[in-house]
Amino acid sequence: MISSFINHKIFTLLKVQYSNMLEYRVEIALWAISGIIPFFMLNIWTNNNLNESINISDVMLSRYFLCAFFVRQFSVVWVVFSFEEDSLMGKVSPYLIQPLNPFFRYFAQHLAEQITRFPFALIIAFFFFIFNPESIWIPNIGILFLSTISTFLSFLIQFLIQSIVACLCFWTEKASSIERLLFIPTLFLSGLLAPVVSFPSYVKSWIYLTPFPYLIDFPANLLSGNPINVSGGLFMQILWILLLFPIFKKIWFAGTKKYTAMGS
Amino acid sequence: MVRRNKEIYCYGIMNLTKYLKVYTKFLHTSLASELEYKTNILIDLITAILSLIGSIFLLSIFFQNSGSIGGWDFEQALIIQGIYTILNGITNTWFNPNLTEIVKHIREGTLDFVLLKPIDSQFFISLKKIAPSGFLEIILGFCLLLYCIRINQINLNTSFLTLSFITIVCSIGILYSLWFFISTTTIWFIKTWNATEVLRSFLYIGRFPLNSFSFSLRVFFSIFIPIAFITTIPSEVILGLSQLWKIFLEVVVAAVFLFTSRKFWVFALKFYSSASS
Repeated sequence: MISSFINHKIFTLLKVQYSNMLEYRVEIALWAISGIIPFFMLNIWTNNNLNESINISDVMLSRYFLCAFFVRQFSVVWVVFSFEEDSLMGKVSPYLIQPLNPFFRYFAQHLAEQITRFPFALIIAFFFFIFNPESIWIPNIGILFLSTISTFLSFLIQFLIQSIVACLCFWTEKASSIERLLFIPTLFLSGLLAPVVSFPSYVKSWIYLTPFPYLIDFPANLLSGNPINVSGGLFMQILWILLLFPIFKKIWFAGTKKYTAMGS
Repeated sequence: MVRRNKEIYCYGIMNLTKYLKVYTKFLHTSLASELEYKTNILIDLITAILSLIGSIFLLSIFFQNSGSIGGWDFEQALIIQGIYTILNGITNTWFNPNLTEIVKHIREGTLDFVLLKPIDSQFFISLKKIAPSGFLEIILGFCLLLYCIRINQINLNTSFLTLSFITIVCSIGILYSLWFFISTTTIWFIKTWNATEVLRSFLYIGRFPLNSFSFSLRVFFSIFIPIAFITTIPSEVILGLSQLWKIFLEVVVAAVFLFTSRKFWVFALKFYSSASS
């Protein structure tokens, strides 16, 4: 009974948000295009033969960057910006009255956006293959399944981190600047611009203890077929989720207690 | 005839003082409102520093096993980083806060109020706001540039300073035109917030020397989105490598961009039909 009720809720939320997102398809297409930085980076790597020193062939590197593009497309999170706007506009109050944590709403929004984004990402990949026909490959079902899971886990880690930052809106009006600060290490250390293998050893020694390489580098390596410790990576992703979730819960309860609706 | 010229001249001066006066008011109001969020400014400072460290880190990865990229040494490529940081600071201080506001003006129909004011609408819309945190980035960029000038042993003289000043001013002009051009398209498409995001990601390429890309991308980034002109040519000028015709070309490109973006704005305004009408 309860489970069907929850199912119903999730399904309705997703349906509503999907039709909402379809309205913004041009925006989402543009957003997908703005994620093509990995391809420019690939161009620098192969054009200057920089990949020879890290023992990755041109083909494998191009697959890596294509996968990095895909993983990034399906793990983009913007919950802090939505929540900040809603809390500044006073929209959070009605959400709080509903018997549903408002973050479920944002979560459904993100999932719906990913579904809308999927065809555009495929089109971009299609163009990528036209320019790089030698890098076409078909990953087997098992790899595809595992990398989908790890991409989703990467999305969950980022969603949790951003939700924690978003909860800071209860204390300060502008939490998005903290998110912009956190985005910098994510950008440079996650493997979006350069695979983690290429990092100097003084960075490699500690980076695998942080969540960053599991956001893009790990799922992208998995999907592109580069050598990677699969179980270890998945374990670390789950570990980070288990670590972050209680923090989010705590800060959410503390925040809602602190919350005084706009203008009071 | 002489009298008329004199009149126009006086009118021009008066106009200029009026605009200067208005601009100081803009500065005052937007600084006052921004300084309310003091911790934000501090966080933005840390973000700017980390972002610079991150891009130098990325550059050092590229140079880890190779002496030069596209004919640029590490020390020379740092100059591009410096110029990029300055231009990015300018974007964050002036272009970004103002031109994203255009979207809001058009969606909510408040552009009406701007158009009714006895002042040039492009001036008002482009300079109304200011985000002081971008200043820190500009200062950071200049520090990096000074450091580069030292390690590359460049002697400063007047012709060098004027040429680099001219090219950087032209870069700012091109950058502004690009931003303004995209924001203007909002008049037709209402929501182009993400189009500026596309531009931002393309501009990211400006952190690297243009020669490090393949030929087709180089052509794309010199003709369609003239990133080559924005960071590479000023850096070449600073290094003393640039030929005179390139500088001349940059001035022409900047003039053409500024002129067309102005014309495009005037043209677009003809299609503006306020909100809900």
